[in-house]
Amino acid sequence: MTDDSIINVQGVAQRFGSRTIFRDVSFAVHRGEVFVILGGSGCGKSTLMKQLIGLLRPSAGRIQVFDRTITGPDGDAALREVQRRMGVMFQSGALFGSMNLLENVMLPMEMFTNLPPDAREAVARVKLGLVGLSDAALLMPAEISGGMARRAGIARAMALDPPLLLLDEPSAGLDPITSAGLDRLILDLRQDLGATFVVVTHELASILAIADRCIMLDRAAYPDAGGAIAEGDPRTLRDTSTHPIVRAFFRREVPAAATA
Amino acid sequence: MFGGRLDANSLGAIWHSGMKAAQAAHGQTLVFDLVQVSSGDMSGAAFLATLEKAHGAEAELIGAQEWLLALLKRARLASRAAARPEPRQRVGALDVAAAAIRLVAASISFIGEAVVAVCVLPRRHRMLRMPDLLGYVDQAGVRSLPLVLLLGFLIGLILAFQSAVPMRRFGADIFVANLVALSLLRELGPLLAAVILAGRTGSAYAAEIGTMKVNEEIDALTTMGLDPMTMLVLPRIMAAMLVMPVMTLALDIAGMLGMATVMRGFGFPLVTIARQVQNWVTAGDMYGGVFKAVCFGTAVAAIGCRAGLGTGVGPRSVGLSATAAVVGGIVATIVLDGIFALVLYRLKL
Repeated sequence: MTDDSIINVQGVAQRFGSRTIFRDVSFAVHRGEVFVILGGSGCGKSTLMKQLIGLLRPSAGRIQVFDRTITGPDGDAALREVQRRMGVMFQSGALFGSMNLLENVMLPMEMFTNLPPDAREAVARVKLGLVGLSDAALLMPAEISGGMARRAGIARAMALDPPLLLLDEPSAGLDPITSAGLDRLILDLRQDLGATFVVVTHELASILAIADRCIMLDRAAYPDAGGAIAEGDPRTLRDTSTHPIVRAFFRREVPAAATA
Repeated sequence: MFGGRLDANSLGAIWHSGMKAAQAAHGQTLVFDLVQVSSGDMSGAAFLATLEKAHGAEAELIGAQEWLLALLKRARLASRAAARPEPRQRVGALDVAAAAIRLVAASISFIGEAVVAVCVLPRRHRMLRMPDLLGYVDQAGVRSLPLVLLLGFLIGLILAFQSAVPMRRFGADIFVANLVALSLLRELGPLLAAVILAGRTGSAYAAEIGTMKVNEEIDALTTMGLDPMTMLVLPRIMAAMLVMPVMTLALDIAGMLGMATVMRGFGFPLVTIARQVQNWVTAGDMYGGVFKAVCFGTAVAAIGCRAGLGTGVGPRSVGLSATAAVVGGIVATIVLDGIFALVLYRLKL
């Protein structure tokens, strides 16, 4: 394990009953990089994400976040400690339906800081402005579009300025301009705050724009289960990989095996 | 031999006879005569591919046009890809027993978690948000008052009328006041208030928390390091505990007004009715009812929240949780009431 790795995953697997989603997935995320988990639909990207944030205990393997093992016997205590230092955006945004966007972003500050209410509000408005939602601060989650909900989810994940941000499909279903804006935001935050990002996505343009490194999962990595089929710089993978599925993914082609 | 249009609209008439013919031709060569086919769609091609599958081998095609060949090629590929059958799972008695044990275990762990959440509340007092609690009190209590008053009044009215008619034959109709007042204070008040709570509030709790579960909001809370038990469940249970005594007393009073209305109709002056109630009903009856109401309220709210947290995946499961909350709440109320009847009897209260 290198000194600057924030997340270290070793040989994790996830089984649901007799079905194995993936196995033997290992990777490390280094401080200050944008690490992308990519792969086709249903290959276990979001499941892997849930393991990283402690919502799912892997069936096998070990996950370390900020040098704490969150999968071990005292994983719950470790998890509580690291949870304060990471911000998570869920696929649907997962905004609290009973609060408006501003209150959603203010909630983590209310719980974990001693900021007075007006300071909380000012900071929350800045965070909403960063994701382009200044005008929507007082709207309820039910009144906004899916893309706006996802952006508000990012603003809430950033509420406490965590050093590690995990985003589940931030740009899925967004128009290219908004999507590019989000990519820009991720790169800016990385540069200005030194934040580390783990992004789950299958948006090719976004991957090539933001990712320093990536891991690619596939359903058919093993005869009996999915797993990682490639790891590294996505641009290098695009240009040099010989794996048929990796090549097909980056070239937007139907892999040879599916048309035979 | 096929002719005319081979599309989704025309397939119904020939599907079964086609399948029978294909199966009967097992072992021989299957031949599709497609010369007469004028038009068709993917469903038609799927039909041909299914026939081939039922027969066991690819058919010999006569006179198929190019577009039909292309469609059939795609259909063959797709039906081959879909060939892997899902293993069918049989549900046995053991599975049912295991599910029941899991349910009981989940309920016990829910109670345990709730108790732990109460114990560590001083450390997590921030997570218990006062505006939320007041909102729940308003939703569960204040907004249900009109219903409670109406129902109480009608129950008092009906109870008094139904018992006054037979009791009048024995000249005992003045005791209707005792009967209605006692049964309302000790039994019907808390019971009906709990039923209203289960129907209005228990189901709402299950639906609210269930929707949050489906929308990943509970996951979001957990990953923020916030405890759903403290943030979502405790304030709801507290609200139910707070409103139930008020709801019960309101129902009692409305019921007695209903009873008084009937008794006035039978010619008893209000003073007589009030005196009769005062002489026979003790404060203990009322306190017992209020205590029961608090217990019922706790059970109904806890069952509602537990049903919400146990919600599965998808919008349908929210509806199932709401139903489970109402049924569970009412059953638990009546079971608890039975236990109270036994205990109070033993204690001679």
